[in-house]
Amino acid sequence: MTSIEHKPARRSLWAKHKIFETNSIVLVIGVLLVISVGGLVEIAPLFYLKNTIETVQGMRPYTPLELAGRGIYVREGCYNCHSQMIRPLRDEVERYGHYSLAAESMYDKPFQWGSKRTGPDLARVGGKYSDEWQRAHLAEPRAVVPQSIMPGYPFLAKTELALGDIANELKANRLGGVPYSDEMIAQAETDLKAQATPDHPGQSDLEKRYPKAQSRDFDGDPQRITEADALIAYLQALGTMVDFKLYDDKANIR
Amino acid sequence: MDQRQDAPQIDAVTGQSTTGHEWDGIQELNTPLPRWWLGIFYATIVWSVGYWIVYPAWPLLTDATKGVIGYASRADISADMAQLKAQRAVQAAGMADATPEQIKADPALFQIAMAQGKAAFGDNCAACHGVGGAGAKGYPNLNDDDWLWGGSLEAIGQTIRHGIRATGNDETRVSQMPAFGRDGMLKRDEINAVANHVRELAGLSTEPKANLALGRKLFADNCAACHGDAGKGNKDMGAPNLTDAISLYGMDMASLTETIANSRNGVMPAWGGRLDETTIKALTVYVHSLGGGQ
Ligand code: HEC
Ligand code: HEC
Ligand code: HEC
Repeated sequence: MTSIEHKPARRSLWAKHKIFETNSIVLVIGVLLVISVGGLVEIAPLFYLKNTIETVQGMRPYTPLELAGRGIYVREGCYNCHSQMIRPLRDEVERYGHYSLAAESMYDKPFQWGSKRTGPDLARVGGKYSDEWQRAHLAEPRAVVPQSIMPGYPFLAKTELALGDIANELKANRLGGVPYSDEMIAQAETDLKAQATPDHPGQSDLEKRYPKAQSRDFDGDPQRITEADALIAYLQALGTMVDFKLYDDKANIR
Repeated sequence: MDQRQDAPQIDAVTGQSTTGHEWDGIQELNTPLPRWWLGIFYATIVWSVGYWIVYPAWPLLTDATKGVIGYASRADISADMAQLKAQRAVQAAGMADATPEQIKADPALFQIAMAQGKAAFGDNCAACHGVGGAGAKGYPNLNDDDWLWGGSLEAIGQTIRHGIRATGNDETRVSQMPAFGRDGMLKRDEINAVANHVRELAGLSTEPKANLALGRKLFADNCAACHGDAGKGNKDMGAPNLTDAISLYGMDMASLTETIANSRNGVMPAWGGRLDETTIKALTVYVHSLGGGQ
């Protein structure tokens, strides 16, 4: 110990970091404190500030069929190549339409905004193409867009949709804050079948529960309800719920 | 922890103070952060203060601070789009008020409409009609003068605005060719006969065993109302001319049988609510000028 000489202790504030560095419990509490300040300042105000809560006309929870389609969208990882978020930039609005509103993803658990665009943004793809086109494109994108690099998903139209869990899926979404009523949950399977089957007697009830839901045979095979039915129903609903004729851009500037 | 650990000690070799930790006689140096690193760190803190003042930042009770420059991305985009509109209005004064006919007649307007139409076509139409409108099976070629619904500026504008068999558009073009086989209107051999007759109309070879007389009669009874007696088509019904070489779904026997037995009834979405009027006008002029405008 010959190389060590003693010096009077420095008692500045900066010297106190030793307390954190030598005591793991203190360090953990300190980290939690710092993070929760960040959360309080950045997240909590979004729940009460008026100008971050936007009211729009027309948003409704996904129908059971659309919700099942959304599950397939997530399962197949479509979000790896497609965003669902039109940013408020001129070229995006020119190409895709009105920029996305926060309210438009309020029933998305979790949202599909994404940041990777190998393919185009899909936030407003609903109604842009026909069901036939979606069907052909999903099965083999190069059949309709010769230069496409999107993978084909031909098995979707061949795989029957598993219906058993749909009521539970609605329930899980309700836990996350989506306002599914008891009636919607009880009727989930009927509603799902009604939407994918032409002339199904349950369609008027479906439309009462989910205004403006589109019912038809999406996959071109009226005999069966396939995963393609669900995915196309979901794609055709994207970005179509908010009525922009009633949306006041100026009132929502922020 | 012994007493000595609390008192900073200096390492004689480097002249650096130590943390007081000691393992087997080796002590940890308390090397300060590099100056350049600390400099940048403090600069970012100063920067953030500037940011709070300039940009919207701090949440308050009912609102958030607006920042001195009053930035709001949504106000920005509204201004941006307004500027784009104004810029286009200058470049193409009158485009908003001109009819497609007037645009076609005015070289300056025409040039701009073509540029705008081409861009909008790529974004919205090419996925079905192909790059440059060359078409694909089930999606008509827009470069030729063989029209299903009409090739005048007015007819093209109507098609784009309201679509064909489009869901949710009251003015969309409608006409449903029946599914003669699926709906039990024609039997299998009758479909074969009428398909052969269609090939006869188109000047293509027919099957040797085909019953052409039956085909001719069935065509007159079932098909002529839409496709015309001679199969020349009817634009009011969107019924194609069956006598030319151009075909949407194919003229081989397998395709014809499928078309007649199950019908096709292709769907083109309506663009009226989706694209603004000026863009639709530009598209109308663009499609009309692809080669087949009438
Ligand atoms: C490897 C990346 C990739 C993946 C994964 C992918 N796509 Fe795509 N997608 C593309 C590309 C590239 C295009 C543009 C070319 C085309 O239209 O095929 C595209 C286009 C599309 C379009 C047409 C968009 C428009 O406005 O023209 C839709 C709809 C679509 N994809 C849906 C899906 C769905 C649903 C999935 C998941 C089942 C999926 N994509 C997975 C790359 C991908
Ligand atoms: C989902 C695929 C799809 C998209 C996207 C699409 N079309 Fe079409 N379009 C069709 C189909 C299918 C037809 C033929 C319908 C029929 O059988 O009558 C058609 C027909 C037309 C016709 C009438 C052709 C004729 O011979 O009378 C015009 C004009 C046209 N499309 C223009 C456009 C323009 C412009 C756009 C872009 C804004 C566009 N289409 C986007 C599918 C599409
Ligand atoms: C109600 C009117 C209507 C009747 C009746 C009708 N068609 Fe059609 N047909 C159409 C229309 C509209 C189309 C094209 C659009 C589509 O289906 O996408 C068409 C398309 C076709 C095509 C495809 C042409 C191509 O370019 O590939 C064939 C072939 C055809 N019809 C044959 C027949 C025959 C044969 C009959 C009688 C057995 C018949 N049609 C009766 C309206 C009719």
